[in-house]
Amino acid sequence: MTAFGRTLARGLVATVAAVGFATAAFAQMELKIMAPAAPGGGWDQTARAMQAALTQAGAAKSVQVTNVPGAGGTVGLAQFVTGAKGDGSQLMVNGFVMVGAIITNKSPVTLEQVTPIARLTGENQAIVVPANSPIKDAKDLAAALKADPAKVTWAGGSAGGTDHIMVGLFAQAVGVDPTKINYIPFSGGGEALAAILGGKVTAGVSGYGEFEGQIKAGKLRLIGIASDKRAPNVDGPTLKEQGIALEIVNWRSVVAPPGITADQKKALIEAIDKMVKSPQWQETLKAKGWDDAYMAGDAFATFLKNEQTRVGDVLKSIGLAK
Amino acid sequence: MLDQLAALGQGFLVALQPAKLLFALVGVFLGTAVGVLPGIGPALTVALLLPVTFKMDPTGSLIMFAGIYYGGMYGGSTTSILINTPGESASMITALEGNKMAKAGRGGPALATAALGSFVAGTVATVGLAFFAPALVDLAVQFGPADYFALMVLAFVTVSATFGDSPLRGLTSLFLGLLLGLVGIDALTGQARLTFGVPELLDGVEVTTLAVGLFAVGEALFVASRRKYAPEEIEPVRGSLWMTKEDWKRSWKPWLRGTALGFPIGALPAGGAEIPTFMSYTIEKKLSKHPEEFGKGAIEGVAGPEAANNASAAGTLMPLLTLGLPTSATAAILLAGFQQYGLNPGPLLFAEKPDLVWGLIASLFVANVMLVVLNLPLVGLWVRLLAIPQPWLYAGILVFASVGTIAANPSPVELIMLALFGVLGFLMRRYDYPIAPMVVGLILGPMAETQLRRALAISLGDPAVLIESPLAATLLVIALIALVAPYFLKGLERFKAAED
Repeated sequence: MTAFGRTLARGLVATVAAVGFATAAFAQMELKIMAPAAPGGGWDQTARAMQAALTQAGAAKSVQVTNVPGAGGTVGLAQFVTGAKGDGSQLMVNGFVMVGAIITNKSPVTLEQVTPIARLTGENQAIVVPANSPIKDAKDLAAALKADPAKVTWAGGSAGGTDHIMVGLFAQAVGVDPTKINYIPFSGGGEALAAILGGKVTAGVSGYGEFEGQIKAGKLRLIGIASDKRAPNVDGPTLKEQGIALEIVNWRSVVAPPGITADQKKALIEAIDKMVKSPQWQETLKAKGWDDAYMAGDAFATFLKNEQTRVGDVLKSIGLAK
Repeated sequence: MLDQLAALGQGFLVALQPAKLLFALVGVFLGTAVGVLPGIGPALTVALLLPVTFKMDPTGSLIMFAGIYYGGMYGGSTTSILINTPGESASMITALEGNKMAKAGRGGPALATAALGSFVAGTVATVGLAFFAPALVDLAVQFGPADYFALMVLAFVTVSATFGDSPLRGLTSLFLGLLLGLVGIDALTGQARLTFGVPELLDGVEVTTLAVGLFAVGEALFVASRRKYAPEEIEPVRGSLWMTKEDWKRSWKPWLRGTALGFPIGALPAGGAEIPTFMSYTIEKKLSKHPEEFGKGAIEGVAGPEAANNASAAGTLMPLLTLGLPTSATAAILLAGFQQYGLNPGPLLFAEKPDLVWGLIASLFVANVMLVVLNLPLVGLWVRLLAIPQPWLYAGILVFASVGTIAANPSPVELIMLALFGVLGFLMRRYDYPIAPMVVGLILGPMAETQLRRALAISLGDPAVLIESPLAATLLVIALIALVAPYFLKGLERFKAAED
């Protein structure tokens, strides 16, 4: 079947590329995008959405997506840094999770080595409780946590991931020792959601999208989202307005290999810029429920550096890294 | 009930449109094809097709994806039976008896009982999906870590059925599997265990790599080593190509029992497709009138587990549709598929998009019929595979196994593991150790460990949590009975014998 799928994909790419060819002269770029994860996950979906948008917007002649799964993306990162060095036609999708995975997995290669291109999307992180929970808002949750941190059980994604880091930050923000939190990691959103719905844990943490249906159906109560201001698609308060200084966004970005020239970097940023501004990309964002978090070049490089420091500090305070 | 029947009728009107039938046919065909390839599963296929279907009609694409899912569950059994290469971890148990049957010239009936069993299970389970989804899902969500742990304990007890003649050898094999299960990032603390600095090992050992290595590669090496001295005679067809009256008689009850196990366990958010196949195999071995045939090609051992894995596929769709909970890799990607069309599976989906949901459910019935129609006539063709001269056949299997493994995970480390597991499989076969318990250990070990530790973390270390829930307590009691009953009965018999 893969052959069939590839033929289909190739056909699509060819048609689209032909259209792109006619519209843009500089769309000669043949790009390779690595999704350092298995097909289907967030990074893979991002890479494939980029593939479609880049070609349709005429920002590239052809785009090929490869998957290198493993270890929070660090297997792919290692391959990208050594294998694609100096190649101005390769890109890799990554995100917040990789920052943490590099630290907890003691990865020999880090994001210091790649060339930052742009941050693309962001997803609001939310805290929820079961609808019948006595906890009504962030203050109740903070009070419960202060009373006995071990008794507040948190369900979320894998250990050291975005959700875990967010719980650590929550504890810090309300003045509780982050090493005392009782965080229960689940693989994938589904299992965690089941545990929250079944009332097996006190609270749940994940991307807002994971909870949206259940919140609307009245089975979960939204305690707050961790953005700096209220989001248009979220009917509920932020944690910040409830007096908890906690801001975290599960962002995804795209980076280039080390050792590329300034011109190559500029060309890549231009291509991504064109893609982000295309109606195709905006349509994809809407369909997938991703927030536009576009930030390119040097601004993104600074942001990436700050996130690395912040994540490293939190992981140390949770006790996951030394 | 009537409402649901009317809605289902509406669904059939959607699913039986020619265009939708075509989507279902394409899906079933693709699914069967990828199920046959070890390593490449329905999850990967749907993921690769997602971007292509972006502009297509949502109902049609989702029907196609569901067809791929059902087809994949079925296709995995074909290679299990014929060439001892499980395409999916859920069809490993099928290889145990199925391949023995195929080697004895009974490949036809084995494939037929798998196809029909899948059909029966798929159909019954889809009925369950249509009528009991909301009620069962509420129950499934109540399953906490302690209950899961009890379920795993029960599953461990059933492993002994795969041990063969020597419990000691069986346990050795099981513990090797448990050891492999420790490799990788510890799910609860995020720390690496037994990875020796190899990043590829951080995610643990892939079940299909172990299963394909032990079963397929090990077998190929074994056959090659014996060829000179004692060539194995394989007869592609002995007796009827179809199921005899006796085969039917021995198959229908296992189909139903397999369905009864597979559907509810598949519906559990962390149930999976493997556990019901282990349980079904054990039950069939216990209930069979021909227990001596188990390990040598008992048709019940194919019929039950095959039904169980297909029923679990339908079970998995239940939490997905009603709660938006993806409980398997394929379900997770189906969820991404739903979201691509701006649909959010969950409690509101049935109310907001009845056409789509019921069309999907109806098309599952259609897909089931198509699978049987597609596969039964092919049985005759498939068994001819075994007529291929052995050196070619096994060379083909080796290529097949390597390509599948590489396609699923393009890394030299994966290929080296495949080769090492192949050698290990060869040695285990040479010295008469059963290989299935090792794979079972790798599947169950990490699940049991994670659930146990989760339960204890939630209870702040109080072990009473493991028996406090009535569900968990019941499951543990059943496990205990299953464990001690045989010894107790044996003692009783001895007692009786002494009296005589």
